[in-house]
Amino acid sequence: MTTTTAIEPESAEHEIYTERASRAERVAGFLQRQGAATLLIGLVVVAAAVFPNFRTYGNVTNILLQASGLGIIAVGMTCVIITGGIDLSVGSQYALGGVLGAWAAQYGFVTGALAPLLGCGLLGLVQGMFIGRFSMPPFIVTLAGLLGIRGLALWVTNEGRTIPKVEWESLFAAVGHTQTVGIAVPVYLAAVVFAAGWLFLRQAARGRSLYAIGGSESAATLMGLPVARTKVLVYTLSGVCAGLAGMLNAAYTISGVPTQGVGWELDAIAAVVIGGTLLVGGSGSVLGTLAGVLLLKVILNVINQVGSLDASFQMVVSGAFLTVVVVIQAILTRAQGLREL
Amino acid sequence: MSTTTAPSVGEQEATRDDTRRSRVDLGLVRDYGVYVALLVLILFNVIFTPYFLTSANLRVQLVQVAPVVIVALGMAMVIGTEGIDLSVGSVMALAGALVPLYLGYGVPVAILVALVGGLVSGLFAGTLVAYVGVQPIVATLGLLVGVRGIAQLLLGGQFRQIDSAGFNNLGTGAIGPVPVVVLVAVVVAALVGFLVRRTTFGRRLVAIGGNPVAARLAGLPVRRTLLTVYVASGLLAAAAGILLTAYQKAGTPSTQGLLMELTAITAVVVGGTPLSGGKIRVLGTIAGALLMQLVGATLIKHDLPQSINQMTQAVIIVAAVYVQRNRGGARR
Repeated sequence: MTTTTAIEPESAEHEIYTERASRAERVAGFLQRQGAATLLIGLVVVAAAVFPNFRTYGNVTNILLQASGLGIIAVGMTCVIITGGIDLSVGSQYALGGVLGAWAAQYGFVTGALAPLLGCGLLGLVQGMFIGRFSMPPFIVTLAGLLGIRGLALWVTNEGRTIPKVEWESLFAAVGHTQTVGIAVPVYLAAVVFAAGWLFLRQAARGRSLYAIGGSESAATLMGLPVARTKVLVYTLSGVCAGLAGMLNAAYTISGVPTQGVGWELDAIAAVVIGGTLLVGGSGSVLGTLAGVLLLKVILNVINQVGSLDASFQMVVSGAFLTVVVVIQAILTRAQGLREL
Repeated sequence: MSTTTAPSVGEQEATRDDTRRSRVDLGLVRDYGVYVALLVLILFNVIFTPYFLTSANLRVQLVQVAPVVIVALGMAMVIGTEGIDLSVGSVMALAGALVPLYLGYGVPVAILVALVGGLVSGLFAGTLVAYVGVQPIVATLGLLVGVRGIAQLLLGGQFRQIDSAGFNNLGTGAIGPVPVVVLVAVVVAALVGFLVRRTTFGRRLVAIGGNPVAARLAGLPVRRTLLTVYVASGLLAAAAGILLTAYQKAGTPSTQGLLMELTAITAVVVGGTPLSGGKIRVLGTIAGALLMQLVGATLIKHDLPQSINQMTQAVIIVAAVYVQRNRGGARR
């Protein structure tokens, strides 16, 4: 992205100007991409120094467990946002994934594990078809998904009156509760999802094409990239991620509650944005998202450490924090020259 | 709605130029689809729903839809500039928290303070969008989270009952046969309609939404206009919050206006205003809000659960946007 200004150095003067600008751009670019990670490290160091309870092993693993669900969803969201899209349906997908998993777990572990991935993946695919094939705006299609999939989750549970339960002794429930060195299975799975997302976006040709599509869709089309198919893919992936997160939550709570995950789409978007992925598409990384998710959860944890502060205060802090981050990003992005109109 | 999809399937295959005739048909569906759907639904209810045409029922429906209309009209103007305002539900909650706090100084003061709350929130969002260059969706996402938090803090996490008959009259009173709430919505609709259609401000909104670069190059005050439109949306959301508070006779910051941003966006979109900006349909927005309200009411009257209602709304949204989808290359 920074090359756009460097491409056309017409005069020597211009060249000097470009060089100086590009140094500022580089700093701005680094801050924009790594700001969340820097802030996270700073916050963790301060919190560890101030709150003795924060630096206990149990607290750290607890933060990781709490971050795992949102993290998995945010990986899918990152892919979607890189293509310039958005997925508002993930909160509802998360609920449906839990319901499907808890219901299918009675037929064995494999069914219980696959049903949410297939079900939510299929619904993601349908949304992707509308967005990719029919060129409908992602915001509205997934807004319909948010409503419709939540409705579906409520409908299959008889308006939440018959909530599927998971047997405590089953392997499915064990996935939610087994710990190795104090770290729960969902955390390991989240790590795998993050690694897979990183590899996909970094190494896979299809993963790279997400950036091309988000950067300029018409250019991507002219390059011969399968734009529609790639879009279908990212919304399918996002659905699969949300379904997996919902399944893990169902395994942890040994039930599939259709009212889970309300508003999680906004949390996931916030995490992705804080992680330095631009909503306009064409740039972003899974590692930034990891920092964004952890940052949100660490802030929550720190607020809880302070005690006396209630949930309303958490909301104010989260909102203010998100605003500060996006303002800084907007300024940095402008310094980077990305937003030249 | 099912009949509307038939001609558009053909259109998807063909290029834009050689489908003039089918585009005309589709254009009619685009422009009048929401009114036709609303009319069909009303007819269905007149025939099949007992007590639908009673004045009590009609009043309830209109009173319930009025706050949605007020918020959605502000949202329509914001969307016309290719923006979005996710903060409206939280601003309603803020208004609901401010009113009981300041009722001691009199009803006008309480209303004024609540409106100022919406104004400040709108100024904040507008400044971020217009002057800092933050994307509307994230600028207002921070407010969605933060403003509701502030509203809850103001009332200490509780809800507060309101005894002032003078204030509650706003929500439950009527002038002649028309409830005050509905009257306010009608006045707001007339005002927004006038603003959008008859004033330079309205022209600027559409110009900015259609092509912000061209608008800036043409010397339009893009930033000031953007700031104004978010302030307007904040004020309208606060007004809706005040009316809802009066209707409920209580300020309930944790639930008031929850998910209103989605309801309002739905009304705007179903009404035919594209999210890509450059066009604002005032009457369509009102029809969209009425349609969604009536769909919910119809399903409830016919003993269908909330889940079916949500799924139906999803289908309507997709159908409405599917019909409009080629207009101006809507993207986001």
